[in-house]
Amino acid sequence: MAQSDMNTSDTTRPDRSARLGGLIRQIPTRVWVVGFFLLLVPSFTGGFVQYQIFGWAFVLGLIALSLMFLGGYGGMVSLVQMTVAAVAGYSVAIFGTSGVSEISMGWPWYVAVIMAIVMGTLFCVATGALAVRTEGIYTIMITLAIASAFFYFTRQNYTVFNGFTGFNRVLPPPVFGIDWRAPTPFYYLSLFCAAAGYFAVLYVSRSPFGLVLQGVRDNPRRMAALGYSVNAHRIAAYAFSGVLASIGGILLVWSNGQISPGTASIGPVIDILVIAVIGGINRPIGAFIGALVYVLLRTYSLDFLEALNLSGERFKLLVGLGFLIIVYWSPDGICGLWERFGPKLKPRSARGREPGREPGREPGREPGREPEGGNDA
Amino acid sequence: MMLDPPQKGDEIGNEYALELKGVSKQFGALNALSDINIRIKPGERRAVLGSNGAGKTTLFNCITGDFPPSAGKVLFFGEDVTEFPAHERIRRGLRRTYQISLLFNGLSVHDNVYLACRGVSRGRFSLRRPHPGDALVQAADGLIAIANLENVRDVMVSDLSYGQQRQLEIALALAGAPRLVLLDEPAAGLSPSERKELISILNRLPEHMGYVIIEHDMDVALRVADRVTMMHNGRIFKEGTPQEIENDPEVQALYLGGGHE
Ligand SMILES: Nc1ncnc2c1ncn2[C@@H]1O[C@H](COP(=O)(O)OP(=O)(O)OP(=O)(O)O)[C@@H](O)[C@H]1O
Ligand SMILES: [Mg+2]
Repeated sequence: MAQSDMNTSDTTRPDRSARLGGLIRQIPTRVWVVGFFLLLVPSFTGGFVQYQIFGWAFVLGLIALSLMFLGGYGGMVSLVQMTVAAVAGYSVAIFGTSGVSEISMGWPWYVAVIMAIVMGTLFCVATGALAVRTEGIYTIMITLAIASAFFYFTRQNYTVFNGFTGFNRVLPPPVFGIDWRAPTPFYYLSLFCAAAGYFAVLYVSRSPFGLVLQGVRDNPRRMAALGYSVNAHRIAAYAFSGVLASIGGILLVWSNGQISPGTASIGPVIDILVIAVIGGINRPIGAFIGALVYVLLRTYSLDFLEALNLSGERFKLLVGLGFLIIVYWSPDGICGLWERFGPKLKPRSARGREPGREPGREPGREPGREPEGGNDA
Repeated sequence: MMLDPPQKGDEIGNEYALELKGVSKQFGALNALSDINIRIKPGERRAVLGSNGAGKTTLFNCITGDFPPSAGKVLFFGEDVTEFPAHERIRRGLRRTYQISLLFNGLSVHDNVYLACRGVSRGRFSLRRPHPGDALVQAADGLIAIANLENVRDVMVSDLSYGQQRQLEIALALAGAPRLVLLDEPAAGLSPSERKELISILNRLPEHMGYVIIEHDMDVALRVADRVTMMHNGRIFKEGTPQEIENDPEVQALYLGGGHE
């Protein structure tokens, strides 16, 4: 646990404005640069890039970020995050409006959105409550089981989930008279949510709660011996990640305009893990980098493959190959590559201090965790 | 097992700080602990001696709830905590150190102690970062001073010497308001000067704070304990004052003379 950013010893003055100033000053230059660049993207790109590339990447990145939070800071690899997003997505359709007027309740959009976040988060907490008693591979298995159960259930249930067809015409509300599905508004909407999620994760990870969560990840037995309820902290982490995934799910439905069981079938469920790992599961920014790479591959590999006279279907092969290469060469994902080679290009690069951990530690494998308490010797 | 004669601490409602009733622990076919009965008064300083594999660490694990005993009861200040998870026992004033240091290697000394202070206070889920005037930050600094670690306050645990890590283990166990601290071989592997420092830390602890210390070195045990419990093969073999234990012919034959088996 190399997380010394919480820095209980730093000497920021206690008064509020100074602390806020301190927080802003902590934001490194590269974040400002990236931020300004992203704000300006619509000025030199077309609707396709704004909507299909960046918009989609922000949304998938937000869902992957929820996985990254649990995996990177909590040591729990949860495959249920896309399902949580789908629960929220279905909730907007069910509580709000859709083309399936027999089921949709037509509540005002803000009520539907709040209900969606509540339902998604509750679902995530319930999954967490089941999963926190397991570890490592078993966490992956139980969350995958829940994800596939949800998929099959929605396919067969017509009274609530409208079965195979799901819901169409689930559209964002025209707040301020803006069509939020138009490329540029959706770009800014998803950028705003992604940035909010990113900074929320950074903030939480450096708060006492975040520090405790990382303690639980590295050394649950010791944390219990310090008076912390290990499971309660893990479940709280699921709750926070549930909020992130739910917001991502709402945006996902709005951008697609529809939701059906396929949204959370096994493929997309696994893709979220792939995205987080490709980007680097130990850094919040990794989720977005991974999502961007995934979306680019998915969008352009078709042309690329067809140019090579291969079937466009093979894009999964490309993603899989990329996944393999990354996992093999850099368990820390693209962020890890940057960290390894970046300093050589730029001598004073601020080396990622984000949720650091000892090198070589894989998420979901806690050395401090032994079966049945174990003994010290 | 005879009742202890009434002594100091008994005025607090005849209550024991720690009472074990028939505690046993099996690992498969191995009886690591068999029918252990112990009573420790508030403020008492008890040493536990015994050869390797006698079950001393297992005894601690059963007391703190790191794992549950196979049979028997654990009472902490009169309350039956046998079914309580570890963190509930800690919040009631029980503390422990580990024979093999269990520290957060990637954190500074101060952050380690801060985590310990936070664990036994309210606001364990707090999202607000502490400022230097924070009560818990200051409490952590106080403990760092008690454990003589001021000069390495901001050093990463992985950069500490072995002896400093052992002292940090003790600092973690003193967070909050401990009523009984279990120390698992805090002196093992220390140099003579570090050992001296450890003894002085223990002797400076406030009088109401009891502890149980596992110690292989009889000389250290005799200098820091009011009473001694000898364990052998998962059972309590002898209990008495340090002098009684030291002069007991059976103990001498088994432990002092015979060395470790
Ligand atoms: N988790 C465990 N699983 C199986 N056997 C165990 C476990 N913990 C301890 N034992 C066994 O229980 C017995 C008592 O071990 P324990 O660690 O309590 O001894 P100890 O008195 O602390 O010894 P030492 O002086 O070496 O620390 C030993 O035989 C040990 O092998
Ligand atoms: Mg031991």
